[in-house]
Amino acid sequence: MSERPKRKTRAQPVRRRQAANFYDLRLYVAGQTSRSLAALANLRTICEEHLHGRYRIQVIDLLEHPQLAKGDQILALPTLVRRLPEPIRKLVGDLSDTERALVGLDLRPARRDRR
Amino acid sequence: MSRARRPRAKRAPVPRALPAVSKAATGIQGLDEITGGGLPRGRPTLVCGGPGCGKTILAMEFLMNGARRFDEPGVFLSFEESIEDLTLNFASLGFDPRPLTARKMLSLDYVRVEPGEIHETGEYDLDGLFIRLGHAIDAIGAKRVVLDTIETLFSGLSNTRTLRAELRRLFNWLRAKGVTAIVTGERGGNGLTRHGLEEYISDCVILLDHRVVEQNATRRLRVVKYRGSSHGANESPFFIDQSGISVLPVASLGLKHRVSASRVSAGVPGVDEMLGGKGYFRESSILVSGSAGTGKTSLAGYFVDAACRRGESALYFAFEESSAQIVRNLQSIGLDLEPWMRRGLLDIHAERTTTSGLEGHLNAMHRAIEAIRPRVVVVDPISNLISVGTSVEVKGMLARIIDYMKVKRMTALFTSLTVNEGRPEGTDIGISSFMDTWLVLHNIDMNGERNRALSVLKSRGMAHSNQLREFVFTNAGLTLVDGVRDDRGRVLVGSRRAARDMEMTAGGNGRRRSRES
Repeated sequence: MSERPKRKTRAQPVRRRQAANFYDLRLYVAGQTSRSLAALANLRTICEEHLHGRYRIQVIDLLEHPQLAKGDQILALPTLVRRLPEPIRKLVGDLSDTERALVGLDLRPARRDRR
Repeated sequence: MSRARRPRAKRAPVPRALPAVSKAATGIQGLDEITGGGLPRGRPTLVCGGPGCGKTILAMEFLMNGARRFDEPGVFLSFEESIEDLTLNFASLGFDPRPLTARKMLSLDYVRVEPGEIHETGEYDLDGLFIRLGHAIDAIGAKRVVLDTIETLFSGLSNTRTLRAELRRLFNWLRAKGVTAIVTGERGGNGLTRHGLEEYISDCVILLDHRVVEQNATRRLRVVKYRGSSHGANESPFFIDQSGISVLPVASLGLKHRVSASRVSAGVPGVDEMLGGKGYFRESSILVSGSAGTGKTSLAGYFVDAACRRGESALYFAFEESSAQIVRNLQSIGLDLEPWMRRGLLDIHAERTTTSGLEGHLNAMHRAIEAIRPRVVVVDPISNLISVGTSVEVKGMLARIIDYMKVKRMTALFTSLTVNEGRPEGTDIGISSFMDTWLVLHNIDMNGERNRALSVLKSRGMAHSNQLREFVFTNAGLTLVDGVRDDRGRVLVGSRRAARDMEMTAGGNGRRRSRES
């Protein structure tokens, strides 16, 4: 699971390609629960392995900022929102299922038997 | 009926023997009567039914009334409709939520759940929803909450075990918060709701139903259960119109209404005389039946006139003639209702019975009565109303609205067109048992004349005349003439009576007038 899948890199303007490669991630949690911590740790591992140097993680604790739940339509926690590259993707759960997390983040094509 | 509902003071909940469950009034006409005061306070209530059954509207009205009449702010969490759509829906009920939202009495929030948009990657809970809802509740100090329709979550999230556990936690959390909540659920599956929400919410369950009976769409409401409280268990018809929901308060009505010993004039001295000299009982129901042209409307007119003279408000439902027609026709017998209408004492609601189904009429009547709160009601004629509805069920509803007027302490007069002239009792249309007084108007065809006469078929609780009294219309009004008998004791009517009268007056000897017994 170390091989990074090749993304489509047809001739594109440099800016677009950069935007397409950059991952802007937001992790919504509620407090420092073991599940929140597990989610953050799992996310860091995935990012380091697959997105080294081209990602940003923002952790939002809804206990501190409850009003932010509205914007990204957050119901379940933890929720990871991939804000970039577009389209927006939402992953719920503690990201312990790496395979699913990678598929959800578009880092690996969906396998028939998993979906 | 275009008349707007008059703003009313808070209505006290119906007193119960055991005040075990505190209740939050919904302010929805009829529903509070059926539930004995409203929904269980501080607990969730499940409102379920098929698509288009009126769940959302019921929930909305609960919130709007809470904010406007009971000083209880509310949160509406929609899982199906956007804020814009919700605002439009509220507006269709004549409620604009925006001023309430501005005053922080109402908060609308749309929780969008897109099927298949969410990837599940491990364990999760619904804390996001909890936080969001908690934030909305705390922001305005909400006492009421609506979740419409929370089952939508099942389409977005696939881990039903987690979802079920979380829903159970959510409802417990709502109870702990002490908010009175309505949770709506779509009918389906084997239970009341598609995902068995009734398993988690058992405090109070209300089922709505929308079905078509004899080409008429009818809505029914039933309280399936209400823990710790007695409730009407029957299906009650309800309506949705521009001023919201109204449930015909049928299940809670019993024969418990207070009775009055005071009397009201029929407006015609002779009729009062026949009814023990004092007229009808106040808050009783009176049926006036007779064939066409016997003077039913005139008698009703006199009754209304007498009420207005006493300064009481009157409501006249006309199903045969327009308001102007009634006023004009009664003027021809010296009765002018116009001043009363100008002074706002009398309202005439005229409508053809064929314009809408019986349920629609009953609804309109119900609303008009609620809005005007008259002391005296006339339905002219009730037989037209009956011809619209055919089923036994519909007749039952009619009986209930009559009962309802009684409970609301109104004196009601109903006219009824007799088809079978020979047997006035044959007009019994299943409502005569509700009537306390029954006057029958007769047409007497004799000697090339057509004369009118009146008799009292029954009048509960009072001495009443057993006679058939002739009455005449003149420019000056309707008068009952004293019975005149010929030598063989037969009652004379029309010109024979007049001739006999003159004869006796001329003779001056032994006037044999049979007066009231």
